[in-house]
Amino acid sequence: MPKHTPLYDAHIAAGARMVDFGGWEMPINYGSQIEEHHKVRKAAGMFDVSHMTVVDIHGARSRHFLSYLLANDVAKLQTPGRAFYTCMLNEKGGVIDDLITYFMDETYFRMVVNAATHDKDMAWISSQAQAFDVVVKERAELAMIAVQGPRAREAVLSLLPESDALVAAELKPFNAGQFGDLFIARTGYTGEDGFEIALPAESATVLWDQLLGVGVAPCGLGARDTLRLEAGMNLYGQDMDESVTPLESGLAWTLAFKDEREFIGKEALLEQIENGVKNQLVGLVLKDRGVLRPGQRVITQAGEGVTTSGSFSPTLQKAIAFARIPKNASQSCQVDIRGKLLECTIVRPPFARNGTVCEGVI
Amino acid sequence: MSNIPSHLQYTESHEWVSAEDNGNARIGITDHAQEALGDLVFVELPAVGDEISQGDPCAVVESVKAASDIYAPVSGLVVAINEDLESDPALINADPYGDGWLFELELIDSEELDGLKDAEAYEESLDD
Repeated sequence: MPKHTPLYDAHIAAGARMVDFGGWEMPINYGSQIEEHHKVRKAAGMFDVSHMTVVDIHGARSRHFLSYLLANDVAKLQTPGRAFYTCMLNEKGGVIDDLITYFMDETYFRMVVNAATHDKDMAWISSQAQAFDVVVKERAELAMIAVQGPRAREAVLSLLPESDALVAAELKPFNAGQFGDLFIARTGYTGEDGFEIALPAESATVLWDQLLGVGVAPCGLGARDTLRLEAGMNLYGQDMDESVTPLESGLAWTLAFKDEREFIGKEALLEQIENGVKNQLVGLVLKDRGVLRPGQRVITQAGEGVTTSGSFSPTLQKAIAFARIPKNASQSCQVDIRGKLLECTIVRPPFARNGTVCEGVI
Repeated sequence: MSNIPSHLQYTESHEWVSAEDNGNARIGITDHAQEALGDLVFVELPAVGDEISQGDPCAVVESVKAASDIYAPVSGLVVAINEDLESDPALINADPYGDGWLFELELIDSEELDGLKDAEAYEESLDD
């Protein structure tokens, strides 16, 4: 039996086309994926992300635990509500999952991990937690709605009590706060401004309907994928997994290993740097007509590689992709699309954010 | 529910065939197919003058989601292609049986048309 989020009936009522995603029956689109994509770049759209896993960490040694568990350094999180993006690595430096971690207070941190990796994440986090005497509490009773786009914040703020709205309006990017039942974070996965809101499952449809009422468009996983690809954001399981490290996944910026802190995977990362990182994750823009897809062969002057994500970019009106290719490759390459070798430009993601194409991409 | 005009013929792989007055066959994809694929963003058509055989993959339509081969419902010589699709593949979504047609064939063996499904049989195949 596929799992349903608390918003399942709302999706059906809105005419969603449902697909299986990691065991969850989720909306892929509500008609046109491209229209939903543009809606988020130009106005406001919302995504049901209730399938994602909220994990709370409680206990006096929470900070110590996460300092060891995560490849980014929780020492960076000092103000309550502050959050960052990080990878959780295995001993070999392979990526178990990527996640957002929020600092609530010294005895309480929150993590939001992927749906498709739920079981292995929970097993890993729980086993590592034992040595630190912290409580790992999965918050399956929470639903989550991501409201994204240049008009997303004003739409959400218009629905809050005035006193909460005043405070929530001041949340900086990668900061969160609790407002009554609503945990509101200024984060997202689209390259647009907006909020991600965790709330009790029983309140989810009320908020969803209120957001519909102020003109926020329901958007499916299809648009979420093209938006995150344009925004240069990796998708776990596609752009990275346990067989690669953040260093070959465009995620070196999320690593903090220049000090004495010990964390899982650190030794392996240092060894990889010592031996030379062989591959890099880059962006590709197809010069010809056609569509890039995951798993296509990439030919560069420095050797072969492979596309990890790829689609048609509604903002660029061109095909774009991420590709893992040899470290020394640059400028241009060819991609094998059904036996034809088509020319691509190698670029540094993101491709598009904040409503427009990024500089230097086309 | 998806639109299945009764005057057309169909294949199990969701192409439609229209027997034109001049004896040619015009070919496209069904409403069901365009809806399943989602927003079309790229179409690769055969060239005018190509000779194609029934069952051959002869064109590709790509949506944001996936690429899908188009199989020749009948054999023939390509006499026209829908050039508007190059700049506007979404015509297939908007009007799959009209402005979203793909290409036109001069038939080699008009009896091949008899082997295609009528609207009723195609609709039944969707229910399976």
